[in-house]
Amino acid sequence: MTARERIAGNVANYVDERTGAAKWMKKNLTKVFPDHWSFLLGEIALYSFIILLLSGTFLTFWFDPSQREVIYEGSYEPLEGLKMSAAYASTLHISFEVRGGLLMRQIHHWAALIFMAAIVVHLMRVYFTGAFRKPREFNWIIGVGLLTLGIVEGFLGYSLPDDLLSGTGIRIAEAIIQALPVVGSYLAFFAFGGAFPGEAFIPRIYTVHVLLLPGAFLALITVHLMLVWYQKHTQYPGPGRTEKNVVGYPLLPVYMAKAGGFFFIVFGVTAFLGAVASINPIWLYGPYTPGQISAGSQPDWYMGWLDGLVRMSPPLETHAFGHTISWNILIPGLIVPGILFTGMALYPFIESWITGDKREHHLLDRPRNAPNRTALGVMSLTFMLVALINGGNDIIATTFHLTINQIMWFSRISIFVLPPLAFVITKRLCLSLQRADRELVLHGRETGRLVMMPHGEFVEVHEPISPEKAWLLTQHEQNPPLALEEFDASGVRRPKALKNRLRARLSKAHAVAVPKVSADDLKEIEHH
Amino acid sequence: MSKEIEAIKDPGLPAHVHRRTDTDPKAAQRAERQVAILFLLSALGTVLLIGSYIFIPQDVFIFLPILGNTNAHQLFLGLGMAASLFFIGMGAIHWAKTLMPDEEVVIQRHEFRSPDEDRAEFVKAAKDGAAAAGLGRRSLIKRTLGLALGLAGLSPIILLRDLGPLPGDELSKTSWKKGTRLVTDPGDRPIRPEDLEVGAVAQTLPQLAPGAKRTLADIGKDAVLLIRLRPEEFNLDAERLSWTHEGIIAFSKICSHMGCAVALYEQQTKHLLCPCHQSTFDVTRAAKVIFGPAARPLPQLAITVDSEGYLVAQNPFNEPVGPSFWERSS
Repeated sequence: MTARERIAGNVANYVDERTGAAKWMKKNLTKVFPDHWSFLLGEIALYSFIILLLSGTFLTFWFDPSQREVIYEGSYEPLEGLKMSAAYASTLHISFEVRGGLLMRQIHHWAALIFMAAIVVHLMRVYFTGAFRKPREFNWIIGVGLLTLGIVEGFLGYSLPDDLLSGTGIRIAEAIIQALPVVGSYLAFFAFGGAFPGEAFIPRIYTVHVLLLPGAFLALITVHLMLVWYQKHTQYPGPGRTEKNVVGYPLLPVYMAKAGGFFFIVFGVTAFLGAVASINPIWLYGPYTPGQISAGSQPDWYMGWLDGLVRMSPPLETHAFGHTISWNILIPGLIVPGILFTGMALYPFIESWITGDKREHHLLDRPRNAPNRTALGVMSLTFMLVALINGGNDIIATTFHLTINQIMWFSRISIFVLPPLAFVITKRLCLSLQRADRELVLHGRETGRLVMMPHGEFVEVHEPISPEKAWLLTQHEQNPPLALEEFDASGVRRPKALKNRLRARLSKAHAVAVPKVSADDLKEIEHH
Repeated sequence: MSKEIEAIKDPGLPAHVHRRTDTDPKAAQRAERQVAILFLLSALGTVLLIGSYIFIPQDVFIFLPILGNTNAHQLFLGLGMAASLFFIGMGAIHWAKTLMPDEEVVIQRHEFRSPDEDRAEFVKAAKDGAAAAGLGRRSLIKRTLGLALGLAGLSPIILLRDLGPLPGDELSKTSWKKGTRLVTDPGDRPIRPEDLEVGAVAQTLPQLAPGAKRTLADIGKDAVLLIRLRPEEFNLDAERLSWTHEGIIAFSKICSHMGCAVALYEQQTKHLLCPCHQSTFDVTRAAKVIFGPAARPLPQLAITVDSEGYLVAQNPFNEPVGPSFWERSS
């Protein structure tokens, strides 16, 4: 035994006698993780969060979250002598006088954009592969919660510098609060400590941004990861992979080296962006005052869809009995997002109700093999994309020499027309891909080699595909729709007939598929 | 589900293919050197970071293609940091991919459902616990506990009451009064009609009483935009026309949609546009909404001139300015 081994043994012994950790470590150090590039997306989100914690802590050392009025005397000459809030002045100080301050600000902002993008793409991966199915519904809901908190946290974060652009964003947020029926004015006055903008808001959202929400993030992310750990990761279908096993690399050493290395890569790339790509140059916007604004006011991308919905809303307000209800704010700002996010959170339960499937699933779906789900996903994304495009309508108008009105009308019509169209097209594409899979299994791969038969006919030589590939293309289940009879055996209409009819209809739509290759099909081929 | 799934059999895990580094010691040595070089590049990155921190002054700018004029201090600091982190990651992953075992491992999953006897025992324990506490029998305890918890839950709401004052009529009031002079923002100079040429726009605020201080909240309600047209260009009813003075018309600058500053004036079309959500108002028709999500015109301030010839408000605004709220009556 070398000296090093003896020391390691002693340390392990010391810890284990006090915690009993060896048993747990033995099991978990050899835990297996399946390998696939799309499993890295959630990791990017996690690592960006760590980068946000680190760079954010750095920024708090100099940032002064106060709306106290100061006269600027720093090194950025164009703003010399101007009245501004201490928050804005300290952000300028971080940008121009603290060494590495601007770098950290830009890393923090880029990491936030990457964090949100990674969450969204990770969510898409989970959705389109059906990874949210039993037993992972809790984790899906936690994920939707993290996405929602991320939007709020990001908004509060870029509002802190109190520059002209972000102040305008807060102004809009205040208008949404103020638009709430009955309690709106009261909530707005409580949130802002009086009339907008007041002097209370920046210090308050600072506490929320650096303490409350990061705490909530830490708790939710911990539970999210513990569930992934305990339930073991899903895996893509393939030879040797079943619902009962996990095929992949052990945590120690391969996965630890890869995942740990990946953290440094994400941090490195974020630092590179922070070094070369200017983001949120607040010194160009000037300090916030409610009487001014800059043209082309744009929120960060994850808020853009919300802004786009508000922009395309028709001018609807109800005035009755001495009260006002602003539908032009409530519908795009609260009601539609509320429906979207609630629907998203509930989707695993909706799908399981439609299919009647209550079994555990650890093998992922290929998106084409769940055409209805895939089409619904593309439909939702199309909706969000139209909203996002409209959120940038002024930029698009100036870039492509269009009028704002043209883009606005395009969006107002597209938001209703394009999503259903995307649904139909996607579903058909999925079915076509299923048909192509079937062809491939039955007739093999086209080789491009043409052969002339003795009687003069030209045929293309097909090569059979490998057994591994054939298995991948046929391993999925094709379940019949739920059989929900409207009448029972004695011809009496069942209770909840309407609900059942809807369910049967959805179930039928969900089960539409091109039949996969069966034994009979193969036998028939052999006879030829 | 159906039998035909068995038509094509699972061929099982494909045989493991060895990498060159597994079989050729020279390839393994080469990979080891590559990993080492990557780690050394990271170390160089840190050296660049430290060097930039100490030696590059913060006010040096260099011109780079694409990036333009760039602050050298922050650029090289960032590049050093990026390299120092990135190459650690590259090294670790290259190490894992070339030298660590790459044979896939299979482990079995366990079912999450607890065994039936465990579930039965759990239900029994929960029932026994509830029965032992007697919550079902002792309804007095249950009800008073519910009352106590419910009331205790109210306390955070009570304690947060001092977050802000009640709105009262704050949302409906501005600082404009009969005879308040309009002053320039910035500058606080009173304005005569002849200061504004036809087609000109001016941002104004109410003149402050001596010694008074203007808060941002005041600006958020009081900001007024002056626009001068030729009088014949107006398309107003008699009352609204009497609110203008020699072709000068005054509107609240705070958007009636969500409160942004309506700052874009298009001289050709005489439209005011809010850059936030593109609500567009026609100046000639008392800021009627002609496009976008705003549901109400911008409130118009009635103006005239005082005895010294300076522009003043004829009256306060006759409606609340800014975005809608529940208590607003029109």
